Amino acid sequence: MITTAPEPIEAAPATPGGRVWRRFRANKIGMVAMAMVIVLAVVAITFFILDRLGIPFPMDPDATNLERKLLPPNAVNWLGTDNLGRDVLSRLLNGAYISLTVGFVAVFVSLFIGVVVGAVAGYIGKWVDNLIMRAVDALMCFPTFFLILTAVALLGPSIFNIIFVIGLVSWTGTARLVRAEFLTLRESSYVQAARALGQRGWKIIFRHILPNAAAPILVTAVLGVPEAILAEAGLSFLGFGVQPPQATWGNIIADGKTYILDAWWLILFPGLAILLAALSFYLTGDALRQAVETRSERQ
Amino acid sequence: MSKPLLQVRDLCIDFVLEDRTIEAVKGASFELGAGETLAIVGESGSGKSVTALALTRLLPVPPAEIKRGEILFDGQNVLTMDASQLRKLRGGRIAYIFQEPSTSLNPVYTVHSQIAEAVRLHRPDVTDVDAEVVRWLDAVGIVDAAKRMHDYPHQLSGGMQQRVMIAMALACQPDILVADEPTTALDVTIQAQIMELLASLKERFGMAVILITHNFGIVSGFASRVLVMYRGKIVEQGTTAEVLRAPKHPYTRALIDCIPQLGSTEKRLKTIDHAELDAA
Repeated sequence: MITTAPEPIEAAPATPGGRVWRRFRANKIGMVAMAMVIVLAVVAITFFILDRLGIPFPMDPDATNLERKLLPPNAVNWLGTDNLGRDVLSRLLNGAYISLTVGFVAVFVSLFIGVVVGAVAGYIGKWVDNLIMRAVDALMCFPTFFLILTAVALLGPSIFNIIFVIGLVSWTGTARLVRAEFLTLRESSYVQAARALGQRGWKIIFRHILPNAAAPILVTAVLGVPEAILAEAGLSFLGFGVQPPQATWGNIIADGKTYILDAWWLILFPGLAILLAALSFYLTGDALRQAVETRSERQ
Repeated sequence: MSKPLLQVRDLCIDFVLEDRTIEAVKGASFELGAGETLAIVGESGSGKSVTALALTRLLPVPPAEIKRGEILFDGQNVLTMDASQLRKLRGGRIAYIFQEPSTSLNPVYTVHSQIAEAVRLHRPDVTDVDAEVVRWLDAVGIVDAAKRMHDYPHQLSGGMQQRVMIAMALACQPDILVADEPTTALDVTIQAQIMELLASLKERFGMAVILITHNFGIVSGFASRVLVMYRGKIVEQGTTAEVLRAPKHPYTRALIDCIPQLGSTEKRLKTIDHAELDAA
């Protein structure tokens, strides 16, 4: 009989982040999804820089060539060309940074508002909490996408407006979550101890409570990115999004829908790109949630 | 004789709930001199912790409400202090140690950063904060303090966590240390160590100590004066020796009788019959 040496047991990392990372690493789907997110981010940044430097790669995303329009995937245009003869691959790569920027910045905006509002409501409590949470309830009654659509229609469809409108209407979930965390944590012994030490209110909020609520906040943030990406794609598809000639995943599909029966590649590839991006973020967020949820872990 | 450091006069604290009002403390009066040790003894809900928290107005308002009375610290009325005066009082003059050391330390920060926070808050003139942290950890008997200070609370045992809490409280150099059941969550041998530590630190740094406990056993060797609370009232106060030898109030007597005696032949431990006490 062959006996193998037992695998060395890794010492539990001391830092809270270290422990979360150790559990996250054990999740294969999560790791693959996170690798996808990183690849997407690198691609988006690379092509954004190439575009700014004026180096069109593989070719100029905006160059029209009517002699080569609506070509299926071929040796020159790997993913085919659209109705104006523009290279679909170039447009996809060029549009990636718009999707990711919208995703990240919109989440940042919504996170900022959500955390501040939720923290104030949860920490102060009493009538302030009541007032804020009823306002949040009221805001949640509106169907988010139509709210975004209306706001963008009124403000005009620039990328700046889109990011802020998405951010401004999607913070309610975060606010509720943060409030709930604060309600529990403000009663905890170490918050009491910090108060007994003579610490200031805002320092208790930001130094003592917020870091302990960081895990669920981070999870909602990651899960919020695909929501924002999908919202932007939806807006662009409806023509309220980023305006042509700038390519985004949503408006490539919008342009291609006229030729849906003849040129499947115009819909399929940007659709896959959106799916892949959203899925990667969702799975990463989900793995992260599982990694942080084992809260009562003791050494 | 000089004025006592802390004077509490006719303190009445209510908890105003939606459907009823609970009188938690009904007219408590006591004094504490500089460097003195006072034990407040009583069972759960007798108002001892509420009294202690009221000293720096730590009670949540609402539901708590200080209805009447006066708390004078060093001649100043605590009840009329503004927020910034209160922040200086809390920690800086009157510091607390709580019952549950494992939850009183913030899990996301190292021991070092939590003690450093206390030092920076109340002693801004200290330049070498690291050395100060090590000094206090040494003082509370943490071995290899320079290394252990980078540990997170969960890496320490319960006894060590309580030592860290004590270091944190002492690092602000308070005039009064309020220890609210400091050993209840610890096992008996550690209890003894922590009580010894508190006694020696008190000797060394000369602050006054208010020990809150339900255990007469740890009072006798520690406190010079005892104050017994029952149902929100101070039913008896005096020197520890007096109270232990000749308890006047039936509740005090009952409480002392509850201490298990080594070598006693009685099979059942004594309990307190509240109905009988109320009738008396």
